[in-house]
Amino acid sequence: MVVAAVLVLVVLGSIGFHLFSPWWWTPIASNWGYIDTTLVITFWITGFVFAAVVLFMAWCVWRYRHRPGRRADWTPENRRLELWLTGATALGVAAMLAPGLWVWASFVTVPEEADEVEVVAQQWFWSYRYPGEDGRLGRADATWISADNPLGVSPHDRFGADDVIVDGGDMHLPLDRPVKVLLRSIDVLHNFYVPEFRAKMDMVPGSVTYFWLTPTREGEFEVLCAELCGTGHGFMRGYVLVETETQFNAWLGEQLTFAQTQQDAPVRFAGPTGGTP
Amino acid sequence: MVNIDEGAHAPPPAEVEDLPPPHATGWWSRWVFSQDAKYIAIQYAGTALAIGFVALVLSWLIRMQLGFPGVFDFISAEAYYQFITMHGMIMVVYLLTAVFLGGFGNYLIPLMVGARDMVFPFVNMLSFWVYLLAVLVLAASFFVPGGPTGAGWTLYPPQAILSGTPGGTSWGILLMLVSLILFIIGFTMGGLNYAVTVLQARTRGMTLMRMPLTVWGIFTATVMALLAFPALFVACVMMLFDRLLGTSFFMPTLVEMGEQLSYGGGSPIVFQHLFWFFGHPEVYIVALPAFGIVSDLIAVHARKAIFGYRMMVWAIVIIGALSFIVWAHHMYVSGMHPWFGFFFATTTLIIAVPTAIKVYNWVLTLWRGDIHLSLPMLFALGFVVTFVNGGLTGLFLGNVVVDVPLSDTMFVVAHFHMVMGVAPILVIYGAIYHWFPLASGRMLNETMGRIHFWVTFLGAYLIFFPMHYVGLTGVPRRYPDISASFVPDSVMTLNAFISAMALIVGAAQVLFLFNLFWSALRGERAQPNPWRAASLEWQTPDMPPHHGNWGAALPVVHRWAYDYGVPGAGADYLAQTDPSRRHGEDIA
Amino acid sequence: MTVVLGFIAAMIAAGLWWLSRQGIFEKPWLETGESPRAPGPAAAPSGVGLGTFLVVVGGLFALMGSALVMRMGPGDWMALRLPGLAWGALAPLALASAALEIAARAERRGEARLRGAALGLGALATAAFLAAQLSVWRDLAATGPLAERLGASFFLLIGGLHALHLAGGLVALARAALRPAGARLCALYWHALGALWLVMLALLGGAAAGIAAFCRAVLT
Repeated sequence: MVVAAVLVLVVLGSIGFHLFSPWWWTPIASNWGYIDTTLVITFWITGFVFAAVVLFMAWCVWRYRHRPGRRADWTPENRRLELWLTGATALGVAAMLAPGLWVWASFVTVPEEADEVEVVAQQWFWSYRYPGEDGRLGRADATWISADNPLGVSPHDRFGADDVIVDGGDMHLPLDRPVKVLLRSIDVLHNFYVPEFRAKMDMVPGSVTYFWLTPTREGEFEVLCAELCGTGHGFMRGYVLVETETQFNAWLGEQLTFAQTQQDAPVRFAGPTGGTP
Repeated sequence: MVNIDEGAHAPPPAEVEDLPPPHATGWWSRWVFSQDAKYIAIQYAGTALAIGFVALVLSWLIRMQLGFPGVFDFISAEAYYQFITMHGMIMVVYLLTAVFLGGFGNYLIPLMVGARDMVFPFVNMLSFWVYLLAVLVLAASFFVPGGPTGAGWTLYPPQAILSGTPGGTSWGILLMLVSLILFIIGFTMGGLNYAVTVLQARTRGMTLMRMPLTVWGIFTATVMALLAFPALFVACVMMLFDRLLGTSFFMPTLVEMGEQLSYGGGSPIVFQHLFWFFGHPEVYIVALPAFGIVSDLIAVHARKAIFGYRMMVWAIVIIGALSFIVWAHHMYVSGMHPWFGFFFATTTLIIAVPTAIKVYNWVLTLWRGDIHLSLPMLFALGFVVTFVNGGLTGLFLGNVVVDVPLSDTMFVVAHFHMVMGVAPILVIYGAIYHWFPLASGRMLNETMGRIHFWVTFLGAYLIFFPMHYVGLTGVPRRYPDISASFVPDSVMTLNAFISAMALIVGAAQVLFLFNLFWSALRGERAQPNPWRAASLEWQTPDMPPHHGNWGAALPVVHRWAYDYGVPGAGADYLAQTDPSRRHGEDIA
Repeated sequence: MTVVLGFIAAMIAAGLWWLSRQGIFEKPWLETGESPRAPGPAAAPSGVGLGTFLVVVGGLFALMGSALVMRMGPGDWMALRLPGLAWGALAPLALASAALEIAARAERRGEARLRGAALGLGALATAAFLAAQLSVWRDLAATGPLAERLGASFFLLIGGLHALHLAGGLVALARAALRPAGARLCALYWHALGALWLVMLALLGGAAAGIAAFCRAVLT
């Protein structure tokens, strides 16, 4: 009796917590509303299954509790029931998977017109690089990193000279323009995570990863590292400012280009090995 | 229908050689270097519970930091990462794997299939001692300069072997890798025993389809572990090479704290593939024995044949096979080729179907049963609730695009604790309450057991259910302090509540340990076969079973393990050794 | 992960085939009495045990093969130029296998002296193989730091673990030499490890590049 009641309470409590507690996701600030929708669909389907299974179990525990003289029925299996349940489950799974894969397809398809911006991670802060006038980022590699060239931009690539370097400051993004965020790490794994954007991706030393989004809300959002990267992981934070295109362009104009940062110091090769360019 | 030996003239020859196992000659070989699987099982389980208690204490420290950041000065960021790493690795590998396979596997397989012992008793003994060595090496890392590794239980390179991580360039990571390598060697010795005993040492009449689901679960998990653990082995050896010999298997060209390191050309992603090629099957290596055991607990205590036995067996085998092609769902945001997302999301969600069938069949076994709410049954019910909950949140994380916002948040932490922490541990407890009388001859104390159950079940649910919502607000995992950030203050209130619950649940586990020792010495004496179970392990001539298990002659099996409530039969169960011809279709 | 997936798929297929012959489609609650499907005395536990262990070892090497193929990037891979001795070492390895096969057959026929001699020859040939491997490793290690030479690193890793397995086998061989039985199992172990090494050497010597190129072609 008590057990059945507690099982019912667990279901009611869980649903009540879901509906009435104040804890829910942060308001979205990107175009990935579809991800939220898929998540809500998943909540509905799984919530229904959870309630159905546990409530049925509670009913069984109460209805078929042991009483003197009681004997269990003999039902070693029931093919029709089992096939029916299997079919229903497969249907429910498909109802979650299909929208999921559809949204994933758009998540991994970067629109042609997307601007590029690069995020560079290292223990334990963020740097950023914007393509300059030419709209293209120059090549970069960890082997070129030195005190004067913290992001390792190749001095031999003509596209790199006008790249805008933001070393350790905040990230700025223009509103309503699709942007392909290129992710690079120069030491260990990191993960560029802005909760309001919903998108995130690991940064892997030795390769360049990416995701894309369109910021849809002006504001200042916190950047966190979401892949354990050492003792300072919990403090590896920064800010991204989403602002109008005019504000963004004004800000971009004030930043130093790679060529400007290299004026005083000649570019040196760093490191014990030549590496592969 | 298929009364095989109807009209048979002579009994078929004993096809299993009945050789008595090597006899212990002295005190040492009887109690310490024992080759009896039952002693080895208790040694395994005892060691696992001991090191598991260390991990439990670590979880208190973790929750103290998360619930009340800044209050406890001695928990630095460095210490916090060491705590979570050791907590995770101990719980997943050294506790859960060891208890299910080394503990229950050793104890139950020979008894349930009607063998006198494991087929290679000496290797079986070595398995335990190598495991113990692995545990000691791991525990030693708490006492070396630099402390244990703080690389996270996933040990992702490059950070795991660099100076920015606790223990990365000192002893911590080395001891961790060596301990894992030892564990895998020890496990392989034991695993060969579990698998070959099921294959070769079943007694007469014990066909595969007459085995209890416990044996099916442990057997399938063992085979999977034998195929999956080598991946972790390779990953550990390669990382040791990188750390000690300066190779670059996992190390690309990188600049650490402004200094170029001599590594180059390696790939951290290769480690992740190897790790999860072990890591995902590992989830089922823990889950399948739990599935099997809980099936038996439900059938025995609901006095009803397990519903859909054949489906249950097929589901175990299918889950085991499928679990080898889902590993990269842990790597959706690792930067691997996006094409993989489609494939692995599909395989991952397909595996939900056989898993769901198992859940339905547990519940349908209760349906029209004769449910005794004994302690093992309570834990089984708790398992179903937490497993369904945790399994369903797995559908969020397996569905690639839904995983993107949730990965690396507390949602993931809540999910895997519910599904492979709380759920299997409830099964372990249920199994201990169920088989303790067999192993010790005494019952565990009922009152302490009920307190233990209610606090553990409800407390753990109150810890991990709200934790999903902490993750949903965006709180990343592996952050010692999230208070000064984008999350609202109310999240910190919830965190404090979760921490309080964690300490209470932890206290209940201390009560359980007390009950274990107290009942072993003072507990009520158990009747033979106190639960009136049909399976073979309760049909030994002595309880607890003596060396060699079966006295003079091996038992002969005449029926499957689930003849409860057979229509027309007098008793409400027929033991597997019961020679009567009656079976379930004899209703007429 | 193609190599190991292929390996696992083969193992799972074999397992399912075996299971399908064990009556897993019957309704066990309808069968009473001693079943005809009692476990067969087909093989001794030690033979099944060794077979299972060889599956584990096969998986271990398949995984290292997988890691090797995955690391075959187009740019950063520096092809490994294997010293001639690496190939020459195959001769004693084959000799060891052949000698143990002779020992196993001699054991079956009860020719104790031939068996002893063949076991001895097998052990000596194995020792020669291990010595040759050691010399190859020294050559590779002397060429320069391992940091940027993945090929040499993989040779050390795979060859090293292979040699450890053979060394473990030598212990079993010594045990078998002191007893009347066990040569068949030793021979089986040597054949398996020999075949594994042949595959691994082919991968290290260049076949892996081909597989890697194939995988990339499939992906893109």
